[in-house]
Amino acid sequence: MSEAVIQKEQAAEEKKSFKHFLSKFGALIGLIILVVVLTFMSDKFLTVNNVMNIARQSSINALLAIGMLLPILTAGIDLSVGSILAISIMTMGIVSVNMGMSPILGIIVCLAVGAGFGLLNGLLLTKLRLPHPFISTLGTMNIARGIALIITAAAPIAGFPFMIQYLGREFVGPIPVSFLLVIAVYIVFHIFLTRTQTGRHIYAIGGNKEAAHLSGINVDRVLIIVYTISGLMAGLAGLVMVGRVNSAFPLAGLSYELDAIAAVIIGGASFFGGVGTVWGTLIGAMIIAVLRNGLNLLNVSADFQMAVIGIVIIAAVYVDVLRQRNSKKN
Amino acid sequence: MVTHAGSLLELKAIKKSFNQNHVLKGIDLGVRAGEVHVLLGENGAGKSTLIKIMTGAYQKDAGEIYWEGLNVQINNPVDAMNLGIATIYQELNVIPELKVYENIFLGREIKKGGKISLIDHKKMKKEAERALGMLGQDPKIADRILGELGIGQQQLVEIAKALTLDAKLIIMDEPTASLSGSEVEQLYKCVEQLTERGIAIVFISHRLDEIRRMGDRITILRDGFKIDTLNVKTTETDHWIELMVGRSLDEKYPKQSFTLGNEGFRVENLKVAGTTEPIDFSVNYGEIVGISGLVGAGRTELARAIFGADKHEQGKVFIDGKQVKIKSPKDAIRAGIAFITEDRKSEGLLLDQPLDFNIAMANMKKFKNKSNLVNLKAIRNEAKNYVKELKVRPDDIDLHARKLSGGNQQKVVIAKWLCTKAKVFIFDEPTRGIDVGAKVEVYRLMNQLVESGAIVLMISSDLPEILGMCDRVLVMSEGKITADLAIKEATQERIMKAATGVEEASTEQFIKAATGG
Repeated sequence: MSEAVIQKEQAAEEKKSFKHFLSKFGALIGLIILVVVLTFMSDKFLTVNNVMNIARQSSINALLAIGMLLPILTAGIDLSVGSILAISIMTMGIVSVNMGMSPILGIIVCLAVGAGFGLLNGLLLTKLRLPHPFISTLGTMNIARGIALIITAAAPIAGFPFMIQYLGREFVGPIPVSFLLVIAVYIVFHIFLTRTQTGRHIYAIGGNKEAAHLSGINVDRVLIIVYTISGLMAGLAGLVMVGRVNSAFPLAGLSYELDAIAAVIIGGASFFGGVGTVWGTLIGAMIIAVLRNGLNLLNVSADFQMAVIGIVIIAAVYVDVLRQRNSKKN
Repeated sequence: MVTHAGSLLELKAIKKSFNQNHVLKGIDLGVRAGEVHVLLGENGAGKSTLIKIMTGAYQKDAGEIYWEGLNVQINNPVDAMNLGIATIYQELNVIPELKVYENIFLGREIKKGGKISLIDHKKMKKEAERALGMLGQDPKIADRILGELGIGQQQLVEIAKALTLDAKLIIMDEPTASLSGSEVEQLYKCVEQLTERGIAIVFISHRLDEIRRMGDRITILRDGFKIDTLNVKTTETDHWIELMVGRSLDEKYPKQSFTLGNEGFRVENLKVAGTTEPIDFSVNYGEIVGISGLVGAGRTELARAIFGADKHEQGKVFIDGKQVKIKSPKDAIRAGIAFITEDRKSEGLLLDQPLDFNIAMANMKKFKNKSNLVNLKAIRNEAKNYVKELKVRPDDIDLHARKLSGGNQQKVVIAKWLCTKAKVFIFDEPTRGIDVGAKVEVYRLMNQLVESGAIVLMISSDLPEILGMCDRVLVMSEGKITADLAIKEATQERIMKAATGVEEASTEQFIKAATGG
């Protein structure tokens, strides 16, 4: 091969990889800009304390969001995660506090209840053939919340044993354990989605359900796994929450599903399925946490924060729409 | 100014192309008031495009349109409607949840006078009843929910709608394709009523017996040209078919012949859900077997049943004499069957995923390493090999499937199935919508598959393709195999006859001749 040809190919490769970079790291660039701007606007922002604070604040949403990524990748949605979080921690409270049984059993119950409701979501969708997960998870959202209120007579439970509180409350050096958990979970999810057969099948189903079916993929089985994992992550997020506030209350996690969906979408996942990454979702969750924290430091009211996050969601998706329109033109 | 007396609609030298693809190459057509004018031609001959130009769905590139002698422009469907041209599409344009009369006046509801302009239900119902009565229908159905009626009656409602529009020309695209026997009779009667009133009908049909029964004149299209316009009563059916298919098989089909081997694939007593008769056939090594027939003959349904994509009620599938149990596509793939679907975009590809993922997706298992993780590098290498071997252009495995041309997309789908190490390949319309060059490459691939010891079945509506590439052809009609012909005995005329169900007796003779019975 002549040198000129090689150079030409390298140039093409570089051009391609730059575009690739932009499309892959658009959300990351947004996060960096946000951090730079906030650093200039508040001298309290970029301090070790505050950064660790953000890491801790983001962890519950980050765990819910990574669970939410799976249904969204299959062109679905899970509206029930906030309610599943509540019923998971309330049953854990009943087992470990009210009944005084072992904290390990409490943790197992918490995760099992979460996964169990997720499994229910999956079965409703695939076995009853409900037309869309919006409906099945809207149903379980209300069912789980209702049961959480009934079994506790709407009363909070406090005084959890140390082992249960560990994840949400403790630090390793300056780093919150909950954030280390998030990193570990995200690495596992990254490997799961990119390197396992089921993970790849999730993308295939989201990209084209019919093609996936005709390629021998057991679509129902994969969807059941997807919703079960999403429920499991809601249980895990609940465990972190109990550690942070040292109590469980039946209205916990109310409307948390919306922040989780926002993180996934800001992180570049397509609402129509098949497109989205674990690291994009992490960045999406971080953008929401940084925004909340920064606006707090700037003494912006909570009401105003909501409006800002709404604008960010629309802007993030609009940037994606523009990018896709461009790439189609080329 | 030149007028064209005698013709209601006159098309002169109409041309239309899409990108570089010339679909209509200067078509003349005259439609007289009160006649039933049939358009006949193979798939891709240009019938649908021509109709869409009449209805304003497409714009002509060149040529002129005269309506009642006057030169007119039809720029959109509203122009056509205003002239008095109505269309009944194969897929009905109705809203099943609304009442019949509401459907008839959809989008042009009659309003009462006054400032708030409420809808005048009474008047709409009355008008609808009148139109239904003109078609010999019970006027009372005007008040019924449309979805409760049968497909045939729904279609008549669309014709009634055309009447309320004062249509002078009604275009029907394969109107009897989804009708039952008695519904077809009803449609014939309606058409008679319409022509008696001086309304012209243009209709597309593949059913030769129906053309003979309903048609007054017939215009035959082939490859974007008008071949001839004939009087139905005074010409033979055989002559129409000759004109319709008369084209030589040239270098387009790189057919290679191999020695015929043992039987490798057999379907026994397979009953596809919704059909009455079970199906039997077999394929030997060394041959390509085509499945011909009209759209809706049940060919894709047969393939889907074999592949486990749809449930079949009964039947056995054998590969190399051993029975394989197939309940899902997963079972079929494990047994070594590949199904290259008709619609590669909606059933074959992940359009927004790179080529390597598309190629590996039906067989991820193959790329798992000892720790049960997918080896991404192995996928890339394998994909690169296939892309090179099948000459996919551009040869970039990171490209999303959406960016490829139809022919290259098809090659990626084929690569996906090669990657499953399939032994039996069922192609469904493998060359539809791809250019001539890519077609030849697909044909060569089929040759290679047969040579390397695979079983190849090809469903195709393209008769020359069947005759050019296959060694044997099964013809299907209404869910049954109506002929099994060695290619030497299979002429286009014979296949068309078996597919359209004319002259049942002679079709049976063909089967006897082909099977030596």
